[in-house]
Amino acid sequence: MMSEAAVEKALDLKMNTVPYKMIGKDVSVYYGEKRALFDVNLNIRENTVTALIGPSGCGKSTFLRTLNRMNDTIENCRVSGRITLDEDDIYDPSIDVVELRARVGMVFQKPNPFPKSIYENVVYGPRIHGLARTKAEFDEIVETSLQKAGLFNEVKDRLHEPGTGLSGGQQQRLCIARAVAVSPEVILMDEPCSALDPIATAKVEELIHELRANFTIVIVTHSMQQAARVSQRTAMFHLGNLVEENDTDKMFTNPDDQRTQDYIMGRFG
Amino acid sequence: MSTSLLLLIIVLIGFIAYFAGRARSFAQSGGKLANLHSLPGYHGSYVAIWAMLPAALVLAAWLIASPLYIDSSVRASLPDSVRSQGEATTQLALGQVKSVAAGLVRLNADEIAALENGSANLRETLAAKGVALAGEGEPYMIKAAQQFNAMRTYSRWLMSAVVLLVAVAGGIYAIRNITTRFRARNQVERVMLASLIVASSIAILTTIGIVASMLSEAGRFFSMVSPVEFFFGTVWDPRFAAAGSSGESGQFGLLPLLGGTLYIAFVAMLFAVPIGLFAAIYMAEYANPRLRSTAKPLLEVLAGIPTIVYGFFALVTVGPFLRDISTQLNGLITGNYQNFIQAQSVLTAGIVMGIMLIPFVSSLSDDIITQVPRALRDGSLGLGATRSETVKRVILPAALPGIVGALLLTASRAVGETMIVVLAAGVAARMQLTPFEPMTTVTVKIVHQLTGDLEFTSPQTLVAFALGITLFVITLCLNIYALYIVRKYREQYE
Repeated sequence: MMSEAAVEKALDLKMNTVPYKMIGKDVSVYYGEKRALFDVNLNIRENTVTALIGPSGCGKSTFLRTLNRMNDTIENCRVSGRITLDEDDIYDPSIDVVELRARVGMVFQKPNPFPKSIYENVVYGPRIHGLARTKAEFDEIVETSLQKAGLFNEVKDRLHEPGTGLSGGQQQRLCIARAVAVSPEVILMDEPCSALDPIATAKVEELIHELRANFTIVIVTHSMQQAARVSQRTAMFHLGNLVEENDTDKMFTNPDDQRTQDYIMGRFG
Repeated sequence: MSTSLLLLIIVLIGFIAYFAGRARSFAQSGGKLANLHSLPGYHGSYVAIWAMLPAALVLAAWLIASPLYIDSSVRASLPDSVRSQGEATTQLALGQVKSVAAGLVRLNADEIAALENGSANLRETLAAKGVALAGEGEPYMIKAAQQFNAMRTYSRWLMSAVVLLVAVAGGIYAIRNITTRFRARNQVERVMLASLIVASSIAILTTIGIVASMLSEAGRFFSMVSPVEFFFGTVWDPRFAAAGSSGESGQFGLLPLLGGTLYIAFVAMLFAVPIGLFAAIYMAEYANPRLRSTAKPLLEVLAGIPTIVYGFFALVTVGPFLRDISTQLNGLITGNYQNFIQAQSVLTAGIVMGIMLIPFVSSLSDDIITQVPRALRDGSLGLGATRSETVKRVILPAALPGIVGALLLTASRAVGETMIVVLAAGVAARMQLTPFEPMTTVTVKIVHQLTGDLEFTSPQTLVAFALGITLFVITLCLNIYALYIVRKYREQYE
C-alpha cells in the first residue's frame, strides 16, 4: 500500500516516476458518422487520481468509457487507436470484455443500485466472477468493501434492506463499494457527485482520496474545485481533442494552454 | 324531408354559421386580432355549435318521441273489439296497420277509393304492389293506416320546420353574442369537455348495461337451478328437453367446464410463456435496431390473425399431426399402432392457443423490459457481468412484477378464448387429468347452449348467462389484479 507521504512525494517529483497504468494512443471514437474524439493521447498513472475536465460534449465521458469498453454497449459506436492496460491491448480480440471490466470498474453519474438488498448489491460482482464461495467469505467481502466505501457503519444493521432505500449519497457510496468488491485495478467515475448534495459530495471526495492508495482512479467532473481537490493529474478536453494534460497544481495555477486558462477562469463552458 | 337530408342541412347551416361568426368577430375587432379575447376561429366554432347542437338534440328527441306518440294515438283509435283482446292482439293489429300504411303509399287514388268502398280486397291489392300482409286485412285498418300516414307526414314536416328554426335561431343568438371581449374560446372548450365526458360515459355505461343484463338473466337461471348445484356440481348434462316436457331440467355442474377452461389455459400458458418471454428478451436486449424493427411487427402479426383461423389450424393441421405422431410413437414403443392423443384434445387446443398468445406475452414483456432503466444495465455490465447474467440477475428481477402482470392479462385472454377451443378442444364435459383426451370449456358450452332453436326461458339457454357471468368475474379479477401489479411496478421508477 502506498502511503500518503509516498504519494505526496511522487507529486513532488512531478509524478515522473509514477508508472503508467493505462496508455491511450491515438484514440478516436465515432458514433456512426459523427466523430466524438480526435486522436487522443492520454496516459493514466498508477495509484493516481486523474481528473478529466472540459465543457459538456467535449468527449471526456466518451474517453472514460473507452477505458473499460462500455462504449461497446452503444449502438454504432466505433473506437480506433490503441489503449493498453498493463501492456495488454484492451481492444485486442483475445481480451475478454467481461474480464476487462472486472479489472476496470465503473461508477456512474446517477447512483444506480440494483433493486436488491445492500448485501446483494455488494456481492453481485464477486458472485459473477466467483471471487468467493462460502457465506463467510462473502460476508467478509461485503464488510471490507463497505468499509472501504465508508458506508459500513451507516448500514451494518440493515444489510438486507433494499439498496434503493438509501439516501442519494449513500447509494453512490454503495455503488462505489459494489465496484470495489470486485477488486478492480482501475476505477472509472463518471461525474459521481453530480446528483449529490454538498455534504454527500464531500464524503465521496474524501473517499476518492482514500481509495487512491489501492486503486488507480479516473474521474470525469464538471466541477473545477472538485478536480482541484481530489486529483493529482488533470486532463482538459475540448471539442473532442485533448487540450492539455498536466499536474493538477500546475493546471490550476499556470496552465500551458490558453483554452485551459479560459475554461478554468470560467470564460466558456 | 328525410332525416338525412335534414342532417345535411343542419351541417350546412353550421358551416355558414362558422364563417358568419368568424366574419363578425373580424368586423368587431376592427382589423386588429389582438383586440379579440378569442381567435376568430373560436368565435366561428362557437356560432356553429349553437347552430348545430340544439337543432341536433331537438331532432334526436323528436325522432325518439314522435313514433311513440303516433303509435299510442293510433292504438287509441283501434276498435274496442281489438283492444279488449289484450296486449298481444293489439300489438299484432298495430303491426298490421303499419304494413297497410306502408302499402297505401304505393297505391293511386282510384285503388284507394276501391278499397274504401269495399270493392277490392285489401290483401290482394297490396300483394300486387309487393307488400305482404300477415293476415286478412280488416276494414278499420285502412282508416287507421290513413291516420297513421297522415300523422307521420305531419310530424315530419313539423319536425323539419322546428329543427331548422332552432338551427337558425341558435346561430343568430350566438352571432349577436359576439363582442371583442366575448370568451368564445372558453365556451368552445366547455363543449369539447362535455363531448369527451359523454364519450367516456357511453363506454362505461355500456359495460354496466352488459353486466346488468347478464346479471338479471343469470338471476332468472338461478331461480330455476340452485347456485350450489351450479357452482359445485360435477356433472354437466343440460338435457335438451323436447318442448312441453318441462321438469326435465338436467344437471348444470360448472366444475367440469371450469376445469377444462383452466386446464387448457394452463397448457396454453405453458407453451406461450417461455417462448414469448425469450422472444421478448431477445428483442429487447440482443436484437439490433434494424432486426428489431422488422421482427417485432412480424411477431405482432400473429396477434392480428383471427382466432377462428387458429381454430382451423388446430383442426386440420395440429390435431391430426399429434394424433398421427402418437400412433407412430406408440407403435415404435409397444408395437401397438393405436393413437393415444385424440385429434381434439386439451393438448391440441393448448398448443394452438399458446401460439396465439405468444405475441401478447412477448409484446407486453418487451415493453416492460425496455422500461427498466439503462442505468441498471450499465451498472451490471460495468461490473463485468455478461449480457445474459445482466438479464437474469438484474433486468428480469426488476421487471418481474410487470411481467407477472402481463402474464395475468394474457391468462385472462386464454380463459376467455372461444373459437380455438370450439374447434380444437372437443365437447365432452368431463373431469380428467390426461391432456391427450378432449375436454370442454365454459366458452364452448356458451356457444352450444345458445346455438339452435331454443326459447329464452328454459334453464338450458339461461345457463349461458350464468356461465358468461362466471367467466366475466374470473377475467375481471385477473385483469384487476394484473393492473394492480403493473401500477405498483410503475411507481418504482417514477
